[in-house]
Amino acid sequence: MNLLAIAFKSLKQRALSSSLTALSVALGIMLVVSVLVIKSVVDDTFTQRSVGVSLLVGPRGSDLGNVLSAVYRIGKPSENLPWRVLTEDLPDRTMRLAGVKDPSDIIEWAIPMTMGDVTEEGTFPVVGTTPKYFKVEYASGQKFRKKGELPVNPFDAMIGSRVARENGWDVGSQFSLIHGGADGHVHDEKFTITGVLAPTGTANDGTVFVNIEGFFLISGHEKPPEEAIQRLKDFGFEVSAAQEAAIREATSGHDHAAHDDHGHEGHDHGHAHHGIPDDLKEVSFILVRTKTSLASIMLAAEINEGMRAQAVNPIQVISKLMKLFVGNTQKLLLFLTGLIVVVAGIGIFVSIYNSMSDRKREIAIMRALGASRVTVFSIILGESLLLCVGGGTLGLLMGHGLVVIAAPLVESQAGIIVNPWSFDAMELVLFPILIGMATLVGFLPGLTAYRTDVADALSD
Amino acid sequence: MSLSIRNLKKSYVEPGGRRLQILNVDSFDIADAEQVALIGSSGGGKTTLLNVIAGVTTADSGQVVIDGTDVTKLPEAGRDRFRALRIGYVFQTFNLLPAFTALENVLLGMSFGGRKADRPHARELLKRVGLEHRLNHRPTKLSVGEQQRVAVARALANRPSLLLADEPTANVDTANQDNILKLIREACTENGVSLMLVTHSTDVASQFDRIEKLSDFNRPEAAE
Repeated sequence: MNLLAIAFKSLKQRALSSSLTALSVALGIMLVVSVLVIKSVVDDTFTQRSVGVSLLVGPRGSDLGNVLSAVYRIGKPSENLPWRVLTEDLPDRTMRLAGVKDPSDIIEWAIPMTMGDVTEEGTFPVVGTTPKYFKVEYASGQKFRKKGELPVNPFDAMIGSRVARENGWDVGSQFSLIHGGADGHVHDEKFTITGVLAPTGTANDGTVFVNIEGFFLISGHEKPPEEAIQRLKDFGFEVSAAQEAAIREATSGHDHAAHDDHGHEGHDHGHAHHGIPDDLKEVSFILVRTKTSLASIMLAAEINEGMRAQAVNPIQVISKLMKLFVGNTQKLLLFLTGLIVVVAGIGIFVSIYNSMSDRKREIAIMRALGASRVTVFSIILGESLLLCVGGGTLGLLMGHGLVVIAAPLVESQAGIIVNPWSFDAMELVLFPILIGMATLVGFLPGLTAYRTDVADALSD
Repeated sequence: MSLSIRNLKKSYVEPGGRRLQILNVDSFDIADAEQVALIGSSGGGKTTLLNVIAGVTTADSGQVVIDGTDVTKLPEAGRDRFRALRIGYVFQTFNLLPAFTALENVLLGMSFGGRKADRPHARELLKRVGLEHRLNHRPTKLSVGEQQRVAVARALANRPSLLLADEPTANVDTANQDNILKLIREACTENGVSLMLVTHSTDVASQFDRIEKLSDFNRPEAAE
C-alpha cells in the first residue's frame, strides 16, 4: 500500500469534510479557468487572431479611431481617401520602396472599404467593398463561410450572421440605407441580399456588406466635382485639365434625381454602365495584406511619410489598447480568482490541521507499526496534495464543462464565438501552483504528525 | 537469544523537575520462540518496558538486543524500520486504523517495513485467525474479539521474531479472552516467534510456562 493510497483512505474516512474542502478548491480553479477562457476570447476578439490585415490605410488622424472604425465598426471614419490612393499611390510607393516592377510581389492583396451609412432596420454599419473581401482570410487562418452568393452586382449585399438573426433577413431580402452624413436621410436605393455569412466571432457578424460599386451609385455618395478635384490636388495627385473636364462632364451627365425617379425595382442593377469616374470615387480605408511583416513595416513608414493618408498595423494598435485597459482588468480578475484559490488553500490547511488532534492516535499507531516520522509527514502532505490536485482537476473539468455549456448560449445571445475546447497555456501552470500550495498548507499539519510522541499518544 | 536486556535504565522528568526512574533492569532474556507472561502492578513500567524494547521510546542507558541487534544503538529511522520488520505489537485497545478494512490493516503493517505488500500472506493470516469472511470489513463493523484477531494478524504480518502483546485480552470478554490468548500463542508457536505478553491477570499468566513478575527484575531507584 503506497503512501498516497493511505492518504486517500484517510481522506475517505472524513468524506464530507474532504469533499467540501476539495470542492472549494474546485470552485476556485473553475473560476480561474473561466477567467482564462474569457481572456482567451477577448484576446481572440481584439488581437491578431481576429485581424487578417497587415496594414490599415486610412485618413490622417487617430490610429485607434481608424482601427476601431475599420476593423470593429465602431464610429465613422473622419474623412475619406481618393480612389487614386488605391489605384496609383499605393502601387507606386510599393514599387518604389521595394524596387519591384509588380506591387503584387510585395502586396498580397489590397481591398477598399467605404463606410458611413447604416441600415434603416437595426442601424447596422454598412461597408462597401469588393467581393474579394470574402475570399481572403478575415483572421489568421480563418476564411469566411457563407450561404448564398457573393455580392458581385452593384446592388447586391452580403450580411453578417448577427444581422441576419436580429433583422430576420435572409437571401433575397431587400433593405435600405440611412445616409451617414449630417442629414441622415434614407437612401432610395434598395440592396438585395445575395449571401449570409456564417458566424465569425468578429465585427463582421454585425456588418452589412454591399458591393462597392453600388455604394458609389447611391445618390449623395459622389463628391461635387470641384471638391473632388481639390481633394485630389490636396493628396498630391496631378489633375490635368483634360481630367478636370472629364470629372465635370461625368457629374453633369449623371443625373441622380432623374435616375432616382425611375427607382431600382424590376430592372437590372448593372449600374456600372453609369460610369462613375474613378476620380469621383472615395474610399474610407484600404485593407492591405503584405507578403512579409518587414514589408508592412516599411510600407507603413513610406505611406506615413509621404501621403495625407495614414497606415497603421491594426494588431499593434489593439495590442496597446489591450495592454492599457483590458490587460489590467484581466490581471485584476486573475488576481481575484487567485485569491479564491488561496482562500481554498487556507480551507485545506484548516481542515487538515483541525483533524490532527483527533488523529494523533492514528499517527501514533502508524508509527508503532514501523512508520517513520518522514512517512507520517508524507502521508499528511499526500492528503493535502490529493485535496489540492484532486480539487484542481475537478475544477478544471468544471471550468471547461461550464464553457462547453455556455458557448452556444453566448454565441446565440452575444454573437461571440467561444471555442469550448480552447486550452490556455496558463492552465498548465495551475498544477505546479496547486502542488506548491499543497506543500505549503500541508507542511504544518505534516510537522505536527512528524513530531507526534508515539508513547504519549498511545497512552492517551 | 531472541531478546536480551542489560543494564537498562529509563526515567522521566516530572512536571516539578523531579526525575522519576521507571526502569532499572540489570538483566532479562527471552530465548528464541520462548513465550513469557510478564505481570506487574499498574504503573510499574510494563508498557514503558515494551515501548523501549520496541524502540518507540529511547532508553537512558543500557542495551536491548533483539536477534543480535542492539536497538538502543540504532538511529530513530533505523529503530522504526527494525520495529516494522522484526517486532510485532499487539495493543490492549487493538489500535486498528478505522479508515482501513481488516485486510488493509494487515497490509499496512507490511507497507511500513518497506516491503511489497504480500496480499496472499495477509489473507492467509486473516484466514488463520478465522476472519476470511471479514476481509473487507472496517473495524467498526467487527466485534471486539474480531478486532483483536485482526490486530494479531497485523502483528504477525512481517514475520517478526518477537511479538510484544500489551494486555491483549484486557478489553475482551472471558470467552474471547481464551480464544485470543490461544490464537496468539499458537500463531507464535507455528511461526517460531518469541512472545512477551504483559498482563495483570493471573488467569492469563497461569497459562504460560514462564511467568515473570516485573518487580523481580526491575528495581527503579528512588526519586532524586
